[in-house]
Amino acid sequence: METTLVENLPQVTAAGVIIKAVLILAIISALAGFGTFIERKVLAFMQRRLGPMHVGPYGLLQIAADGIKLFTKEDIVPQHANAFIFKIAPIITAATAFIALAAVPVFPDFTVPEFIPLLGGTFVPSIASDLNIGVLFVLGMMAAGLYGPLLAGMAQANKWGILGAARTAVQFLSYEVVTGLSILAPIMIVGSLSFVDFNNYQTAGVGSWMIWQQPVAFVLFLIAGFAETNRTPFDLLEHEAEVVSGYATEYSGMRWGMFFIGEYANMITISVIAAIVFLGGYDAASTFGWLTIMLKIAFFFFLMLWVRAAWPHVRPDQLMWLCWKVLMPIALLNILITALVLLG
Amino acid sequence: MSLEQFKNRNVGTQNYTTLDVGTPPETGTDKFLQVIRRAVKGELFVGLWVVMRTMLQALFKNDMHTVKYPFEKLPISPRYRAIHDMLILLESGNYRCIGCGLCEKICISNCISMDTRYDENQRKEVSEYTINFGRCIFCGYCAEVCPELAIVHGPRYENASEQRAGFSLFEDMLTPIDKLNLQQEYDGFGAISPNADENIKQTPLAY
Repeated sequence: METTLVENLPQVTAAGVIIKAVLILAIISALAGFGTFIERKVLAFMQRRLGPMHVGPYGLLQIAADGIKLFTKEDIVPQHANAFIFKIAPIITAATAFIALAAVPVFPDFTVPEFIPLLGGTFVPSIASDLNIGVLFVLGMMAAGLYGPLLAGMAQANKWGILGAARTAVQFLSYEVVTGLSILAPIMIVGSLSFVDFNNYQTAGVGSWMIWQQPVAFVLFLIAGFAETNRTPFDLLEHEAEVVSGYATEYSGMRWGMFFIGEYANMITISVIAAIVFLGGYDAASTFGWLTIMLKIAFFFFLMLWVRAAWPHVRPDQLMWLCWKVLMPIALLNILITALVLLG
Repeated sequence: MSLEQFKNRNVGTQNYTTLDVGTPPETGTDKFLQVIRRAVKGELFVGLWVVMRTMLQALFKNDMHTVKYPFEKLPISPRYRAIHDMLILLESGNYRCIGCGLCEKICISNCISMDTRYDENQRKEVSEYTINFGRCIFCGYCAEVCPELAIVHGPRYENASEQRAGFSLFEDMLTPIDKLNLQQEYDGFGAISPNADENIKQTPLAY
């Protein structure tokens, strides 16, 4: 969707946005389930194991088995827990993850075929809501999602949960600065907060990708993104070896499942942002633009699993030290140099 | 190396060679430089490559370590002490057991009980023979003491059951006469596993 084409495109109606929202919900939550399967398989192969094999061909139906298990499991609210907050916390995590996806272009736009009754001819945009502050909105929503683990850990009357919540606060305060500062330099270059403008800035082939202009920002954003999605070098919130299951210790059934749908949706969101902001995004003019962005997103998703298999995680104090004393000064220097180059 | 050097347990008095690991950084600048050195050194990417190489080998060279256990089993060592088997003579099909009673005598948990009688040829034969597997500790003395290699430890190690005590009769352990060609001889105390060659690997020290 190039800005020059916007005039020729059909009107975005409320029905189209609703269809888009339902599509995102359905496909991303299915992909989140599939992501757990892929994660288990990739981790297994990297450790010379087979992974899930027995439910369906190559264990593909393991997602269905897990889903049935999660839905039918007993839903326990611990005795001394604050029941209201305990119940609302997983909803915060899942909901904010999906709200963040509203401002991210996920699939190519299309028109519903005419032969479908009631909705035929409705134009479905690639982006549910093309906000002019897209980047800010997505980062804000993902930051708000951290209230899920924070409240969950404090509400469940469990010491491991409290530790998980404390680590959530620590991690949140540390990396959020780096996320914002690292993505500020590309924003200064593009001069817009809209993902569509980012995409259109990099349409002139691989050479025009933001990663060549802002390699430091790219690395910083990846590190902060790993922290934002609680992936392995920074999975302090629920590290089994230290805090049992952290903020999710007392959760069971679908409430527990919602934390993980939220986490995997966040992984997809971070992958999409990295692909659009730094790796050129989708090329709306070419036929296979949608395929290239899918490949880029898949690469970032795979990178998260890859890193989980390869690297040990850091201690909370190391995380804070890294974020405040190393990454933040580098991000600030990067912004300063970018600004000087832009002015000069 | 003499025995005294092994017996010396006072740590620090031996002739150890210490690895040169350097000194931990003292000042903030040194710590920062150490982080930079480690970040630029590429160790992290070596780690990424190691797991990627393992994945490629697992996928394309079939270097997979999973054994789908109930469907496939690893060969066990011939010295493994599982449920007992009673072997019979390959030539005549007669019992190897001569009813000497040594296994009953040596059994330290008193789980073997046997009764013998003279048959019509005035040869000793076993009339009653049971092993109480609720008591058996699978020490292997019965198989060791048997002068005829009649009682041996077979390959059946999946002996979980719903009851605590289980008794095995002579006929249960005896090789069926129609499966005589499948009877496995005991390979001896020095025998190694059939897959011993596959289990020999280089120590994975260097990546």
